[in-house]
Amino acid sequence: MAARIPRIAPSEITPPEVYFNRRAFLTGALATGAGAALGRAAAAIVPAQSGAPLAYTTDAAESVEALVHAPGQNEKPNTWEQITHYNNYYEFGTGKSDPAEYAGQLQTRPWSVTVDGEAEVTGNLPLEEFLSPYALEERIYRFRCVEAWSMVIPWVGFPLATLLKRFKPTSRAKYVAFQTLYRPSQMPGQRRDILQWPYREGLRIDEAMNPLTFMVVGLYGRVLPNQSGAPLRLIVPWKYGFKGIKAIVRITFTEDQPATTWSQAAPAEYGFYANVNPNVPHPRWSQATERRIGNPFFHERQPTLMFNGYADEVSHLYKGMDLHRYF
Amino acid sequence: MTTTSPTRTRPFPGLNVERRYRLLYKPAVFLASLMPIGWIASHLLGWFGFLPAVDPVKFLELEFGQTALNFILLTLLITPARQLAGLTHLPRLRRMLGLFAFFYAALHFTVYVVLDLDLNWRMVVADIIKRPYITVGFTALLLLIPLAVTSTQRMMRRLGKRWTKLHRLVYLIAILGVWHYYWQVKLDVREPLLYALILALLLGYRVVRSLRKRTPRPATTHPGGMTGRTVAAACDDIHTA
Repeated sequence: MAARIPRIAPSEITPPEVYFNRRAFLTGALATGAGAALGRAAAAIVPAQSGAPLAYTTDAAESVEALVHAPGQNEKPNTWEQITHYNNYYEFGTGKSDPAEYAGQLQTRPWSVTVDGEAEVTGNLPLEEFLSPYALEERIYRFRCVEAWSMVIPWVGFPLATLLKRFKPTSRAKYVAFQTLYRPSQMPGQRRDILQWPYREGLRIDEAMNPLTFMVVGLYGRVLPNQSGAPLRLIVPWKYGFKGIKAIVRITFTEDQPATTWSQAAPAEYGFYANVNPNVPHPRWSQATERRIGNPFFHERQPTLMFNGYADEVSHLYKGMDLHRYF
Repeated sequence: MTTTSPTRTRPFPGLNVERRYRLLYKPAVFLASLMPIGWIASHLLGWFGFLPAVDPVKFLELEFGQTALNFILLTLLITPARQLAGLTHLPRLRRMLGLFAFFYAALHFTVYVVLDLDLNWRMVVADIIKRPYITVGFTALLLLIPLAVTSTQRMMRRLGKRWTKLHRLVYLIAILGVWHYYWQVKLDVREPLLYALILALLLGYRVVRSLRKRTPRPATTHPGGMTGRTVAAACDDIHTA
């Protein structure tokens, strides 16, 4: 029953010149100086322009791509329009359409990422240098929001594990903490203390190293638009969407469990783990089912799957844990 | 109470009050009360350059619910507006506004049951029992039903004084409605708080007015009686005034 999920017709979403590139690795000639210096042919070039074509391969992801299939569910990727106009990104406002409306003002270049904490290699790297060693791949993942709606999204990025290994975390690195940019001048939502800015998220190191955990730079074969978390965001497909921190500027290896924004805001409602779990309701609503955005009227609701359908890949991470307590 | 002084210019001088309301104001308010439908449809279908809602079900749910709440607050605005602005005949519009509140609340509930929960009655019942914000909202909707049913002239006459008592339920309904709104918001409670503030003003006005009316009569006022008075009791005066 492990059928591939149907792919959206590429002509609908990707300009042809991009589409012809989609299975091509970038050649070394295209790589940045930094990338060439690292001696990697398969280097990621991420243009600054939001929505610009991205070169990536799906070859590396063939095995992973099959994972998005869930038995008995029709999982057609959502449209670009749906994915980019229905966002929770409180840095730009609390309305679902606020990010699409206001994120354009965010300058994503120049951008740099700081890596620090319990690792042998630390420092501040310009984004181009930070990304250059990685070959991009596409992964179509289910996306389940804690508000009980869901989508299917074709991300472009690379596994977080490959990134983390490059910085050689020490044995004391038990967790990885992430931080979003704090720039109220371009992120109007940060001018109000609705959450504790900057946004913070974190993963246990084994969760972070899981092959499904993904660093995202693109969507539908294009550079990630600002409202979706450009230039760099996290996707942890078996967790609720708010774990997928956007516009990352800092990655810290820590020994202790880091504080995370939503669990600080409402500890009884949002936990550190935030694994998708139909059996553990949110205090104010059920998580047993979800509405898949774009499903036809009268058939929107579908059952929520344990670990968002990725139980085979991740349930071993939580063996023996009381998931009602560590929600 | 005296009617409008003859020197004050009044629109449509050829029509008496009865006809002005029947032929002009009521049809105008009726059409205006349907405007939210047009606004909601435009957003749903992408008319007039609006972007179609990505999540039409949630959009309908929220818009209908909020519109119902707007109408409930409008009905509560009638009495202060009459008293403060001297619009003696304004209460003639109250029934229509109240029925529109019920209409939009019913649409809100219908969208929730039919489109959100796909007519899964087990889920509906579970939600109503287990989710406090839905319990509260559902209670408000249930309480609206007797008010809608008894909104006719005949029922008013038949129930007499009991009608006034029954229709005081609207104060409770308004509180439940705002509470329901406040409780379902994930984090950004600015808008529900604005509703709560408006409701507090509308109810507070009634409380203050009834207190001021009672204080000059020391003989009938119990010394400690003021503090324990409920909003509903304080509102008695509005109807007897």
